[in-house]
Amino acid sequence: MQVTRGFKGKQGDSKATTDRVPPGQYVTQDFPVLTSGPTQRTPLASWSLVLQGGGQLLARWNWAEFEALPQTERTFDIHCVTKWTKFDTRWRGVTFDDLLRAAGLTSTPQMYVMAHCDGGYTTNLPVADLIAGKAMVVTHFDGLPLPAEHGGPARLLVPHLYFWKSAKWVRRLVFMETNAPGFWESLGYHIYGDPWREQRYSGD
Amino acid sequence: MRSVTFETTAWPGHTAGQHVDIRLTADNGYQAQRSYSIASPAGRAPRVELTVECVSGGEVSPFLIEELRAGDTIELRGPIGGYFTWNPGISSPLMLIAGGSGVVPLMSMLRTRSQAGSKVPAKLLYSARSVEDIIYRGELELAANRDGFDLVHTLTRGAPAGWKGQTRRVDRDMLAQYGFQPAEEPQIFVCGPTSFVETVADQLVTLGHGESAIKTERFGPTGDKR
Repeated sequence: MQVTRGFKGKQGDSKATTDRVPPGQYVTQDFPVLTSGPTQRTPLASWSLVLQGGGQLLARWNWAEFEALPQTERTFDIHCVTKWTKFDTRWRGVTFDDLLRAAGLTSTPQMYVMAHCDGGYTTNLPVADLIAGKAMVVTHFDGLPLPAEHGGPARLLVPHLYFWKSAKWVRRLVFMETNAPGFWESLGYHIYGDPWREQRYSGD
Repeated sequence: MRSVTFETTAWPGHTAGQHVDIRLTADNGYQAQRSYSIASPAGRAPRVELTVECVSGGEVSPFLIEELRAGDTIELRGPIGGYFTWNPGISSPLMLIAGGSGVVPLMSMLRTRSQAGSKVPAKLLYSARSVEDIIYRGELELAANRDGFDLVHTLTRGAPAGWKGQTRRVDRDMLAQYGFQPAEEPQIFVCGPTSFVETVADQLVTLGHGESAIKTERFGPTGDKR
C-alpha cells in the first residue's frame, strides 16, 4: 500500500457506518443516475415482463398482472461501481422467487439469467444470486412509482452486487445454460461484480 | 478547476472518452477512490492529463487541486470504460454536447481527432455558467472554424458585453440549429450534470436522432434526494 503524501481524507465516519461501506466506496445521500444513453420511457399500456428459458416462453405479465403478483417491500444498501454507496433505499416489487412461483416453476431451468431491457441494455447473473430473497423486480422507490431515470416503470434489483446488475427498464429475463457477458461485462467490467470483493473490472 | 498531467508507468494506452480511477491512501491506511475522465488525446503516451473540478465537500478533488504537487506519486488505474469512446476510424460526423466539466472527455476526442489529422466533421456545443467557467477556452477557439470543427458556446448565468455566443440553456432549437441533422447520422456524445444530460438526450431523441447513436455520461447530484 502506497501512502499518498499530504492525504488525510475525511475519516469522520463511525465504525457502524464504515462496516456497511464496501472497499473503495463512499456514502452519498443523493441518488446519482448512470446510464449509457437516453432514458427509456415505456408506456405502462405497452409494458410487459417476460420470463424465457430454453427457447420457450415461461411466463408473461402485463402491467396489471404484474401489479397483482405478491408485493414485497424491502430496504437495502446499494453500491454503484462508480464508487457511491447509498444506505437504506426502500423498494417495493416482486421477488424473483415469487416470479418463479407465479410462472409455475418449482425449480429453475438453467444456472444463469440474462436480463434484457428497453434500449438494448443487458446484464448477466447467476440464478443463485436471484433466488432466496436476493433479488426483485421493483416498481416503487421510497413509496412512489420508480421514476424513469432510475429505471421505471420496473427495474431489476440485485442489491448485493454492483448496481449495474440492477438493470433499469427490465423487460425480459432469459435463462441460459452457460454464463455470458452482458453490456458492461463485455466492456471491461467484472463478470460477477461483488462490491465486498471489489470486483469492479475484469480481472479483479 | 485544475489540469494535472501524470507520468505513468506501464500505461497500456487509451481511447478518447475513457477514464481512470485514482486511489489516495492516508498514512493510517484510510483510502478514498474516485473516477476522472482523461483529457489528453488517445494513444500510448505515458503522460495522461486529467482535468479536475473541485467538488465542494469532496475528499479527492480538493486534494488533487490544492494539495498535489509536482513530483508526488499517486495510484492511478486505467484506462476504464469501453462505451463512451471515440476513435478517428469512425467516419460519422462527431457531435459533442458538454455541460460544465463534462467537456473533459469530449476534449480528449477533439484532441485525438486533431492529432490524427482527421477531417471528420465535428461540432461542440458547450454550455457553461459564465465565461470564466469555460475550460480549454483558448485551445477550443484556436481550433474552431478550421478542419471541419465548429464550436458553439452558450452561457447560462450571464455573458460579458460583446459576447458572440448563445446565452441560454441548451434546448431543442439550439440542438437543431447547431447540431448535425439526424439524416447525417452523427455519432453523438453528451456529458455533463445529470439534469443537463437528461434534457439534452431526450431532446435529441425527439429531434429524430437514433437512441443507439447517443452516448451519455452523467455526473453529480440529481437534485432528487429521495
